[in-house]
Amino acid sequence: MEKTKDNRAWFLVIPVFVIVAFSAIIPLMTVVNYSVQDIFGPNERFFVGVEWFKEILHDERLHEALLRQFLFSGLVLLIEIPLGVAIALAMPKKGWAASLSLVLLALPLLIPWNVIGTIWIIFTRPDIGLLGATINGLGIDFDHTAAPLDAWITVMLMEVWHWTPLVVLLAYAGLQAIPDAFYQAASIDGASRWAVFRYIQLPKMRGVLTIAILLRFMDSFLIYAEPFVLTGGGPGNATTFLSIHLVKIAVGQFDLGPAAAFSIIYFLIVLLFSWLFYQALQNVGKGE
Amino acid sequence: MSLDWMAWTLPTGVFFCVIALLLVAMTVWEIKVPTVARRGVLPLSTTRGDRFFVGLLGSAYINLAWIGLTDMNQWFAVLISLVYMAIVMRFA
Repeated sequence: MEKTKDNRAWFLVIPVFVIVAFSAIIPLMTVVNYSVQDIFGPNERFFVGVEWFKEILHDERLHEALLRQFLFSGLVLLIEIPLGVAIALAMPKKGWAASLSLVLLALPLLIPWNVIGTIWIIFTRPDIGLLGATINGLGIDFDHTAAPLDAWITVMLMEVWHWTPLVVLLAYAGLQAIPDAFYQAASIDGASRWAVFRYIQLPKMRGVLTIAILLRFMDSFLIYAEPFVLTGGGPGNATTFLSIHLVKIAVGQFDLGPAAAFSIIYFLIVLLFSWLFYQALQNVGKGE
Repeated sequence: MSLDWMAWTLPTGVFFCVIALLLVAMTVWEIKVPTVARRGVLPLSTTRGDRFFVGLLGSAYINLAWIGLTDMNQWFAVLISLVYMAIVMRFA
């Protein structure tokens, strides 16, 4: 059947456009305006050109925070994506066990982000926390408030616990959408378990894994509430990620101009990497 | 409606007007001559809109690099960005 082309359908996009304009485009324009001015008050501001960008680009603390952020997001993707796919593959395909697994996995996703931080503060406390006290009971000195490595391990554990379920749910949905005929054909051909995964399941999950990788990259790159509640960016600056550093400038010091310049650079980094991931994942297996 | 809260300046106003005009021009161009995806110097198929996006994003990075690495006038970076944009639109 031939599709009807009716350009009036574009009017249906208007509500989305209005919402995006109010929630994203207008605030972004305001941030750009702030980034070229020294703001002292609502009616007291002076044009400074690219001065704040220069200051921010030469800020050593920003360079360190950026490196930390890339390390964190890299680790998040390296751990959460394979782990999420592995759990999805191991989950029951149907029946009450499948429903129970899905509900249990979804639980961490339902908890507010700042509460997650509070839960893990208590959980890892060396004196009363179940995890912290157990590790210390084994003779290992573990304290995320004092040792940078312990803080990183705790933040990573918290992140993996919180967000791997999202990858699992997406991968599971992708697996469930594969028709049985593919498995039957593979069985007739005598395909191994690995071959089924490599040539059927993984290609069929490409769409959902693209979404999972993009979401996890963007979310982990913008992470704020959980590490802020858990470590406050410490010990020292060990877990001061970009957003924590940004909030220190914008809210702590009330330097709106530099904070706006910082936000634009931050936005451009996220935009570039999201586009690169998107293109790479869309072109996997196409020889491009 | 007062737009004071948005803290507008003349340069940023001109900047956003240019971006908006470019988007309108791209839309009109698309309606008149619909794009066909093609493969140029970039290792992927791109439509006209893709190339425009790559051009804008690259221009932003060129300007940032100029600010971070040199003390020369920013207009040189704008000129380089225009040349880069033209190359991307034509050959990417």
